[in-house]
Amino acid sequence: MNARPLYAVATIAALFALGACHKKVAPAPAPAPAPEPPAAAPAPPPPPPAAAPTTNEDAMRARDAARASLTAAIYFDYDSDALTDASRASLDAKVGILNASSGVKVRVAGNTDERGSDEYNLALGQRRAAAAKRYLTQHGVADAAIDIISYGEERPAVDGHDEAAWSKNRRDEFEITAGADALNPAAQ
Amino acid sequence: MIVSTSANRTRARAACVTALVSALLAVALLLPTIAGAQDTSRAVRIGLTYQPGTKPGVVVTAVRGPWGDSVQAIIARDLDYGDRIDVIGLPGTPAAGSLQNLGVGVSYPLWKSLGAVAAVQATLTSSGVHVAVHDVTGRKIVQVADFPLPSGAGSADWRLALHAASDEVEQWITGIHGIAQTRILFVRSGHIFIVDSDGADERQVSDAGLSLSPAWSPDGHTISYSVLGARGWYIVVRDLAGGPARTLPSTTVGLNTTPAVAPAGGSIAYAHAEEAGTDVMLADLAGGAPRRVTVGRGSDNTTPSFSPDGRRIAFTSGRAGHPEVYIMDADGSNTELLTPFNFGDQNYRSNPDWSPDGQRIAFESQIAGSFQIMSISVRDRSVKQLTSEGINEDPSWAPDARHLVFTSSRTGVKQLWILDSESGRARQLTHAGGARLAAWSRSLGHAR
Repeated sequence: MNARPLYAVATIAALFALGACHKKVAPAPAPAPAPEPPAAAPAPPPPPPAAAPTTNEDAMRARDAARASLTAAIYFDYDSDALTDASRASLDAKVGILNASSGVKVRVAGNTDERGSDEYNLALGQRRAAAAKRYLTQHGVADAAIDIISYGEERPAVDGHDEAAWSKNRRDEFEITAGADALNPAAQ
Repeated sequence: MIVSTSANRTRARAACVTALVSALLAVALLLPTIAGAQDTSRAVRIGLTYQPGTKPGVVVTAVRGPWGDSVQAIIARDLDYGDRIDVIGLPGTPAAGSLQNLGVGVSYPLWKSLGAVAAVQATLTSSGVHVAVHDVTGRKIVQVADFPLPSGAGSADWRLALHAASDEVEQWITGIHGIAQTRILFVRSGHIFIVDSDGADERQVSDAGLSLSPAWSPDGHTISYSVLGARGWYIVVRDLAGGPARTLPSTTVGLNTTPAVAPAGGSIAYAHAEEAGTDVMLADLAGGAPRRVTVGRGSDNTTPSFSPDGRRIAFTSGRAGHPEVYIMDADGSNTELLTPFNFGDQNYRSNPDWSPDGQRIAFESQIAGSFQIMSISVRDRSVKQLTSEGINEDPSWAPDARHLVFTSSRTGVKQLWILDSESGRARQLTHAGGARLAAWSRSLGHAR
């Protein structure tokens, strides 16, 4: 028996730990992570350690977790494109996945809240998307693996006219545009 | 002056020459001002001189024929919306009945008793409309003209042509050309729409695809706007008469938004971004490599608006860490901050629109937790707050440099409103479905 199953289990555990960590680490003003179905999946704890045989389900679960980590949104302060500590942690996880998963391409979409100029907000969204791309490529992700787009305030994640809604709308979203099958969860 | 001696005569002649030269010099010095100001000469001919803050009373008489009621109503409403004339006898006012009883007849005593100084009498002809303006005090017709109307009474083209008569009548009476024969572009549900200045004939002019930031070409024939494609935002130019939209070749990569066609035509300014901030670019409409105008160093520089002479551009920039309005020469030199940082309670001012007379720049400013329309004098930087009700954004001047169209949430839904910046009178232009990002055309007298 080789070490792969152990590795996979450890990875899954690490992923969940990371996910849990995220929630705790998030600074007070930062919004709670968006309620993304995959990330929120209260999956049962991994099967008992050690000799548990690997299954396709384990691999699929690991891949889902990697996908959730890669596509988790990051959030910004008002009229700012500065990356918060929580955003950097989220981007670090994406770096690990992307650097180990050749052929995976991601589109970063920058978004803003509804306040202020609709047109200036398109530029602000572009700057937010560019900030994420810059961080990823500075950490070794290939330039060609990331493209960016801005939706400004045109595609809010949450309807509403208060800070609760605005904080969830000031975000970068990450969409896998190619190579989803090549996701390598072991990279984490 | 009585001149008795020859010496006196010579002296007097010299004085006359001096006076004449001085007068000519004064006229020469004043000429640019006069040319820049609105032409009041024709108004003087009917004995009426427009004074800001006063509105001459005018009646619009009934019009015979199957479309007569429409002609009367459209002209009366146009003059009313111009905010320079007190239209007597608008439906719902006491004078309306008196005028209706009078019909199409001429009655100087009645008009005078209603407080009118002028009467507008329109008559439908085989080719259009014949309009006479009466001087009520002088009891005579002082101006007449024929305005051609296309066939298809009631159509959008017919209404636009009729607005020309209203605008000319306003010129006759007040010395200032009206703004009825204009249209306004705006965004509804992610599509570009067009509507007449009086709210009639709304229609969609863009294709599928989220479209924003419509702008007019100075000739009123073509428009430009930005469209969200699969890979980013690009700018299209299209002829309002028909045909497909043409993509501006230099805008196929990255974010390309907020087009503004130069007053002389031929070139187009727009905001462009890839991965290092947004800058204002200038490109030939015919194609060719664009030139970067702003030096944003990673900041956002967007929403260019040309001065009417095309020599300067106002724009929004985040270079100071938050959006403010700046002006620069059209080649990018001599950039200066227009809106002071310490003005209003929040650091956010954007979306400048340079008035057609060049005197003021309208913009939106964050104030008291909301956004309001302001205007600032280009010369002395004095600021006026023009709105206070609801959230008000994205101003665009009418050709008279007095009215503005903007987005307002005062009814709870974003709609377009028109404001008379002189009297403060506001009217709602759009009513359905939400509307934003308006752009007011120049006079469409020569447009198709």
